[in-house]
Amino acid sequence: MGMTLSQKILAAHCGADCLEAGQLVLCNLDRIHGNDVTSPVAVKEFAKMGTENVFDKDKVTMVMDHFVPNKDIKAATQCKLCRDFCIEHGLEGFYDVGRMGIEHALLPESGLVVSGDLAIGADSHTCTYGALGAFSTGVGSTDMAFGMATGKAWFKVPSAIKFVLKGKLPENVSGKDVILHIIGKIGVDGALYRSMEFVGDGVRNLSMSDRFTICNMAIEAGAKNGIFEVDEKTIEYEKEHAKRELKIYHADPDAQYDEVIEIDLSSLKPTVAFPHLPENTHTIDEVGDIKIDQVVIGSCTNGLYDDIKTAWEIIKGHKVAPYVRVIIIPATHKVYLRCMEEGFIKDFIEAGCIVSTPTCGPCLGGYMGVLAKGERCVSTTNRNFVGRMGDVESEVYLANPAVAAASALTGRITDPKEVLR
Amino acid sequence: MIKKGNAIKYGDNVDTDVIIPARYLNSSDPEFLASHCMEDLDSTFASRKKDGDIMVGGFNFGCGSSREHAPVSIKASGISVVIAKSFARIFYRNAINIGLAIVECPEAVDGISDGDVVSADLSAGVITNETTGKTYHAEPFPEFIQNIISAGGLAEAVKKGIIK
Repeated sequence: MGMTLSQKILAAHCGADCLEAGQLVLCNLDRIHGNDVTSPVAVKEFAKMGTENVFDKDKVTMVMDHFVPNKDIKAATQCKLCRDFCIEHGLEGFYDVGRMGIEHALLPESGLVVSGDLAIGADSHTCTYGALGAFSTGVGSTDMAFGMATGKAWFKVPSAIKFVLKGKLPENVSGKDVILHIIGKIGVDGALYRSMEFVGDGVRNLSMSDRFTICNMAIEAGAKNGIFEVDEKTIEYEKEHAKRELKIYHADPDAQYDEVIEIDLSSLKPTVAFPHLPENTHTIDEVGDIKIDQVVIGSCTNGLYDDIKTAWEIIKGHKVAPYVRVIIIPATHKVYLRCMEEGFIKDFIEAGCIVSTPTCGPCLGGYMGVLAKGERCVSTTNRNFVGRMGDVESEVYLANPAVAAASALTGRITDPKEVLR
Repeated sequence: MIKKGNAIKYGDNVDTDVIIPARYLNSSDPEFLASHCMEDLDSTFASRKKDGDIMVGGFNFGCGSSREHAPVSIKASGISVVIAKSFARIFYRNAINIGLAIVECPEAVDGISDGDVVSADLSAGVITNETTGKTYHAEPFPEFIQNIISAGGLAEAVKKGIIK
């Protein structure tokens, strides 16, 4: 029987000719990764396993991004634990303040994950790298420790849903709207335990940034991974970023899928997920009058150059609405520097926004933009659970960067075409 | 391996942000995490839970982040087993890897009310609601996963040479 793209990559990493959904396999990993929240637990679990050395120094990375620059003494202690471990084991893949970026933007940008890789990360949004045609999935700290000790991880081979994308996205609609539309359609457990494989003629019209955003939020539909096949755009991206040879896999023509869902990209509208689940989606024309207190533009979902540029095109030359705070977070130093060179940052500051060093901070209510009781935020991040960005009675509305930027100018959730007129 | 306790029941999509809010992730101390477990969803949990209690959830239990702090905080709260209609996949593997017992059984969840006395025979996959007298059957884990669970988690399984 034919294999899906995800199954092909798993098979190649466990030496199997053929795999079927449901099989349990132990696979060899190309990348084992963690952050400042999950790595300290992994370091402790690693010690319990009784292994002296990390299996391959070049394949382990730790990125300090959740609570750095250290928000408090506890956060500082966690980072120190990671730093000490990396020094002790001679791991060069330690990304701290000054060198870090938001992990899922940094790893592809730095060429640490490339097409065809099998990557695990102790962070749920590790599924982002599927945009490169890699199999990547979020795991816990113990899996990370096991990966560091052995270079392996156990997987239950997933079945898949095939999403056939057609056409081209309209103006002000981006990858974020594609994935929010899908989650609204299939629900937050609609792809539970399964792969989401994106194919079809419409794929060629999606930028790499769109693809990263789509794969990033596969986990919000419960999926094990999201993945695109490698095409000209991927190869072009990898020419600039990859530091290793790419491996290109294709799904077999007779691969079995649990479901096939067709999506006409040209029919999509800017989409907003209301509290408190990413599946509570409404298109922009049915949002109504929702006043906001804060806007966050950034995160592993929408902090790439294209995302920040989209926001800049709307905000430049205007002023942020009274009583609204606007926090813009380029995901990596490279993105930050390019935004600075192109004058975005000056325009943002003059409009009344702040521009932060890369951090996950506000997305998970860590710091740098925590909400009070009763406050509302429009955010380009990925989750709007109860208490996600602060008080249990605060609210997060998930949207694309254009909607977030337009809302920053009006103080309510706004269709970008209203302010671009 | 039979677990018995009072059921503490929640609904669908119990996410890791309510199991242990991110504001407490600057620590990985199990006791500290347990003291804040479930507080954004159920402020009474910390005071009413007793050692051995059984947590019951609906579909997609543990969705959201990969934080292992979530199953760790539940385990450190003294919960003996979590029964749900389905588990989010990272929570599922984290629970197995740290040795928190979990059972997927939609029928049992529908048949259990908050406060019922429930027992779970994990090796046989049998759940009994002792308050109502009804019995439910869950799919047992494959051998590979049972080996991790019986070793007490993945770290122990590696140390004992069960998995290499």
